[in-house]
Amino acid sequence: METMMVAWMLDSLLGLGLLWLAWRCLACPNLFKAIVLFVAFGLLMALAWVRLEAPDVALAEAAIGAGLTGALLMVALAQLQSIETNGDAAGATEKEERGIRPLQWLLLIVLPLIATGLGYIILSFPPDAPGLSTAVATHLEASGVSNPVTAVLLNFRGYDTLLELIVLLLALLGVWSLGGTVPQQAATPAPLVLETLTRLLVPVLILTAAYLLWVGAHAPGGAFQAGSVLAAAGVLLLLIGRHPRAALMALPLRLILVLGPATFLVIAVVTMLIEDALLKLPPEHAGKLILLLETTAMLSIGATLAALFLGGRRHTDKEHS
Amino acid sequence: MTLIDYLTAALLLAGAIFFFAGTVGLLRFPDVYTRLHALTKADNVGLGLMVVALAIQAESWTAVGKLLLIWLLVMLAGASVAHLVARGALRRGVRPWKQ
Amino acid sequence: MSIAHLYALVSVGLISLGLYALIVHAHLLRKILAINVMGSGIFLLLVALAQRTGTALPDPVPHAMVITGIVVAVSATALALTLMLKLSAQTGCAELPDKEDE
Repeated sequence: METMMVAWMLDSLLGLGLLWLAWRCLACPNLFKAIVLFVAFGLLMALAWVRLEAPDVALAEAAIGAGLTGALLMVALAQLQSIETNGDAAGATEKEERGIRPLQWLLLIVLPLIATGLGYIILSFPPDAPGLSTAVATHLEASGVSNPVTAVLLNFRGYDTLLELIVLLLALLGVWSLGGTVPQQAATPAPLVLETLTRLLVPVLILTAAYLLWVGAHAPGGAFQAGSVLAAAGVLLLLIGRHPRAALMALPLRLILVLGPATFLVIAVVTMLIEDALLKLPPEHAGKLILLLETTAMLSIGATLAALFLGGRRHTDKEHS
Repeated sequence: MTLIDYLTAALLLAGAIFFFAGTVGLLRFPDVYTRLHALTKADNVGLGLMVVALAIQAESWTAVGKLLLIWLLVMLAGASVAHLVARGALRRGVRPWKQ
Repeated sequence: MSIAHLYALVSVGLISLGLYALIVHAHLLRKILAINVMGSGIFLLLVALAQRTGTALPDPVPHAMVITGIVVAVSATALALTLMLKLSAQTGCAELPDKEDE
């Protein structure tokens, strides 16, 4: 009974913390502060995933939601500020609030109604709904892995992951086709401490990615978490100014980017021809096929996310030079 | 509860006190440098105490190794980031606080 | 009421906060943050409801969907940020034009 009480207190505190951080993040006037609060929000979300017994999601959130998204937002804010100092416009500062507008009054009335409705619907859901968990549990034997989340991602609903890899690629194509926005600034040498830290961490991160990929078969982990850890290593290298050479940016990068989706597509077509169903992995080879799919997906996810962080900047460089 | 459990509880509590002190420092100290000082030192010790508390409960040596690795990595990252934040503040001309 | 319901209600709060900020704030970076908060709320709702299996193990299918969703959200954020930078480089302002101002 007492442990229940403690659990309730912890979960309530966590929930209130999440709401408070989200509110401050969206309401505080300083954009830099807002981004820092968003990163803190991501870390608390990772704790919430652990409380909800979703360690796979927690790992993904810690690497992406708190890490990579924060880095992307910070770089974008820095670029906005440099646009502001180059031009005479106020890109990085928000305009003065113009008092409470009629729209806001309307929202303040309508939104609580929507929220109450949603809350009512959620509370009226039946407390016991096994969903698809029994179906997953019965077929877990044949999936080739023993972590149910990996089984769902790579086997039972492999087409989701295939489409997701393609979405990632499309996002990168979008960023690339928009090109660079800010001229490359004169590169100042990275601080020595950051450089040393990066040199120490990059091997550790690569090892962690390999570990996460391997344990994903039977414990929390997998291609997405491993890929985001790889992307974090790439972001660190980019931060200390280790930009890949132009030759590496052309063909090798593109090959790594399409490696994951291409492997998925090949296996999808082959299984469709042999097993009569898209991505229906034969149970006797499922384990090996999943490892192959996950390794290629990890490389592609890591490369795509790092390339998204690099953005169009390098792209325009090449066109100009 | 065995002796080991009491020891774990005591270490966890001590770790929590260090974290609490670090957080109070973060909120109450006057400038960025003193706040970093409070935060990094107190949190590294607090985390160390918690790692020891969990390590004596661990079932295998690999778990102990992983816990120690977490502590080392956090200390490394914490120290480096504290340095980088202080360096950034100094370059922007934030003066250290003087009474 | 269970812990799953508690988190589901928190997610409703996050979705409402995000929606409000998305509509009210003019700055595009703030709008992107708001969409991310809303997205986190929706992920939280999915995972919280996945706990109602009646057994010790939650439903893994929503978990897998949320992991996919997190990765898609970060790529969409990157694209949105690039669009925002492009807009502000061309117009000098990272806000959508307000009809009343014209």
